Amino acid sequence: MLGTFEKMDIERKLLKKDSLDKLFEKIKGSGRRILAPVQKDNMITFEEVSSPGELAQDYVQTTLSAKGAVFPRCEELFSYKFEGKDVKVEERKSEPKPTVIFGLRPCDAASFAVLNSVFSWDYQDSLFKSRLEKTTVISVSCAKADEYCFCTSVGGGPGETKGSDILLTQIESGDYLAEIVTEKGRGIVALAPELFVPAPTEDKERYLVKLPKQFDLKTLNEKLAKNFDNTELWIEQSLRCLGCGACAFVCPACVCFDMQDEANKKGGVRLRCWDSCGFSLFTLHTSGHNPRSAQSQRWRQRVMHKFAYMPERQNFIGCVGCGRCSRLCPVDMNLLEHLKEIVESRD
Amino acid sequence: MSEFEPKIVAFVCNWCTYAGADLTGTSRIKYAPNVRMIRLPCTGRIDFMLLLKAFDQGADGIIVSGCHPGDCHYTAGNFHARRRWIIFRSALEFLGIDTRRVHFAWVSAAEGAKWAEFVNSVTDEIKKLGPYETYKKAVGAGIE
Amino acid sequence: MEELRKKARELLETGAVKVVIGYGKGSGQNARAVFVRKAEYADKLICDESCVQNLAVYLTKPEVKALGKPAIVAKLPVLRTILQLAAENQIAEGDLVVLGVSPDGKIIDLQNFKAIEDYVAQFPFELTPEQKAEIEKIGKMSLEERWQYWQEQFGRCLKCYACRAACPLCYCSRCLVECNQPQWVPAAPHAIGNLEWHIVRAMHLAGRCTNCGDCERACPVGIQLSLLNLKLAEEVLKNFKTRAGASSKAEYALGNWKEEDKENFIK
Repeated sequence: MLGTFEKMDIERKLLKKDSLDKLFEKIKGSGRRILAPVQKDNMITFEEVSSPGELAQDYVQTTLSAKGAVFPRCEELFSYKFEGKDVKVEERKSEPKPTVIFGLRPCDAASFAVLNSVFSWDYQDSLFKSRLEKTTVISVSCAKADEYCFCTSVGGGPGETKGSDILLTQIESGDYLAEIVTEKGRGIVALAPELFVPAPTEDKERYLVKLPKQFDLKTLNEKLAKNFDNTELWIEQSLRCLGCGACAFVCPACVCFDMQDEANKKGGVRLRCWDSCGFSLFTLHTSGHNPRSAQSQRWRQRVMHKFAYMPERQNFIGCVGCGRCSRLCPVDMNLLEHLKEIVESRD
Repeated sequence: MSEFEPKIVAFVCNWCTYAGADLTGTSRIKYAPNVRMIRLPCTGRIDFMLLLKAFDQGADGIIVSGCHPGDCHYTAGNFHARRRWIIFRSALEFLGIDTRRVHFAWVSAAEGAKWAEFVNSVTDEIKKLGPYETYKKAVGAGIE
Repeated sequence: MEELRKKARELLETGAVKVVIGYGKGSGQNARAVFVRKAEYADKLICDESCVQNLAVYLTKPEVKALGKPAIVAKLPVLRTILQLAAENQIAEGDLVVLGVSPDGKIIDLQNFKAIEDYVAQFPFELTPEQKAEIEKIGKMSLEERWQYWQEQFGRCLKCYACRAACPLCYCSRCLVECNQPQWVPAAPHAIGNLEWHIVRAMHLAGRCTNCGDCERACPVGIQLSLLNLKLAEEVLKNFKTRAGASSKAEYALGNWKEEDKENFIK
C-alpha cells in the first residue's frame, strides 16, 4: 500500500461483470479474505464475503468506513502474565490477515493515506504498517452522489485513483473499466490475467457523477486561521452537538485512539480502541484541568485538526469528503454546511 | 473422565448469610466445596455488575444471598436489593444470559442447614448444566 | 406553526425567556434542533412530522443552560421527559417555559408541571404493535437464540456513546464508564465491554427512561436499544406499578421499596 503513493503508469483493462465470481474465487484461493459492502437491515457495512452475490447494490456510500481493516475498533497490542514478581510480556496472538477490500469509494481509498500520515509520522506504528501492507484496495468509482458528499472540495473526486490499487468504473455494458494503479493491483491481475482483457478506448468521465466543488480549500484555511478566537462562531455551530463519538468513529480519516489495560491477578492485555476528540474527557488532565472543557472548543478542534493542523504538519487534509459524519450525526451537524459557513463568513 | 466441578461465586451479606454459612461449618455439616464466598456488608451493596464480573472471570454459577426481608441489619438494604434483582433478572433473561445459573436466597444467621442444602442443590444444578461455555467464549471476543 | 412562531417571538421580545429551543429545517428531509435567541429569527421554527428529536436533552447541557432561561417546544415524548427530569430535581417549576405541542400539531398552554401531568395523563404510554411484536418475538426465542440475537446487536457497537449523548436522562457529568479507578465498565468495544455497557445503561435507566426512542435513532449502527429499555420499563410497571414520565414528583422505582414487593425466584 505504501507504494501506492508513488506515481506509476496506470494500465487500463476491461473486467467483464461475469468475471467477478471467478476473480473473487481466485482472490480467496490466494489466501486473502475479501471485505466488501454488505446490506444488513438498513445498514451497509464492510463484511467478509466469498462471492460478488453478497454485495450491497444501489447505494451512495456505506454506513461505516473500511478503516477497521487497517485500524480495528479494538485491537490487542500485547498481553502479559504475572509470574511471581516478574512480568512476562507476550506478543500478539495473531497475525493480521492478507485482505482485499472490494467496493471502496475513491474517497475512502484516499483516506488510507491520511491515516498513514499519522501512523508513520514521528513513529512508525508497526501494527498499522503490517495491516496496511497486507491490504489491497479495489475501489469502485461513483456514478451517484448525495447532498452530503463533497470529495471534490477536498482534492478528491468520484473517479480519483489515489489510494486504490485497482479502480473499477462500471460502463454502459455493466462491465468494468479497470485501472491498474499500483504494483499490488498488478498482483491481483496476475491471479487471473485472463479476466482482464484489453479495454475499449472509453473515457471514464462520462460514467462519473458530476460533483461541483462547494468551497475553496485555500479560502477555508485562511478563514480558519482568522477565526480561531471567534468563540461565537464555534459556539453557534456546536450548540446542538451532543458530544458523542459517532462522527469520529464513522470517519475514515479519524485516527485518535485510546489505550485500555485490562488485567487481573494472573495477567492482562493492552488494547487500542477508537476514541473521539468530541468526548468531554478527551483532554482531561490528571490534574483535573481540561483545556477543552466546552463542546465549542472540541468542535473547533475537530475542524481545525482536519483542515488546518493536519495540512500544516502532515501535508494531508484530514477529510476526504465522504459525508458519513453528516449522514449519521444524531443532531444533523452537517460538516459541509459548517465549512461553507466559515468560508463565507465576513472578516 | 473426571467429573465437572463448577466454580460458583457467592455474594453474601455479612450479618446473615455469612454468619449462617459459618454456622454450617461449626455444625460440622459437610456440603459441596464449589462455592467461593464474597462477603459484603449487605445485599443492598451488591452491584448487579458484580454478578456479570463473576461470569467474566470464569464462574459457572452465581449465588446471591442475604437477610430475610424485615431482618436486614441496615433495615432496608435487602428490600432495595430485591427490587434491583427483580429487574436485573428480567434483563438477563431478555438478553439470553442463563438465569438458571444465578440463584438467590434469604439465609439467616441461624440457617446453617439451609445454607448447606441450598449450596448442594445449586451445585447439582450447575453440574448438570455444565461449564458456562457461551459466556466464556464471549470473553476476549471482538478483539483483533 | 405560525402560532408557535408568534408565541416564541412574544416570549423573546418580552424577555420572558432568553432562548427558544425548538426545531428548524435541517439537511434533506430532516429537522434539527435550533436555539432561537432573537425574536426576528423565530421564523426559523418549524413543527411537523420531521421533528422527532427529544429536545429535553438540551435542558441539562451546560452550553445551552448558559444561554439563560429557555422555552422548549415540547411534543408528547418531550413532555414526559420534562416531568421525569423534574421528578429527579434536574429542573424546577419556573426554570423553563413549556410550549406544548399536541399530536395533531396544536400549541397547548401548559403553565406548570401539574398542567403537563394532566395533559400527559390523557395519552397513557403504549408500546406500538411493532414494538410489542418484537419483544414477544425475542421472548419466544430459546436461550441460545436470544444470546445470539443480542450478541449480534451488541457486536456492532462502537462505544461511540451516541445513545448516552442523545438520552435526556443520561445527564451524569461523569458517566460510570468514564471512571477508571477502577475501570468498572470496560471502555473497549469488545463483546464483553459492549454487553456490560448496554446492561449498565439499561439498568441505570430502568424506571427512569421515558421511552422516547432517541437512543436508537442516534445509534450509527442501528442497535435496537429501545427494545431493551422498553422491556425493562414494562417490567418496572408490572412489578412496581410505576412508569417514568407521568409525574413531576414520582419516586424512583429502584430507589424505593415496599414490603409487599413479590418475586418468585428467591429461595
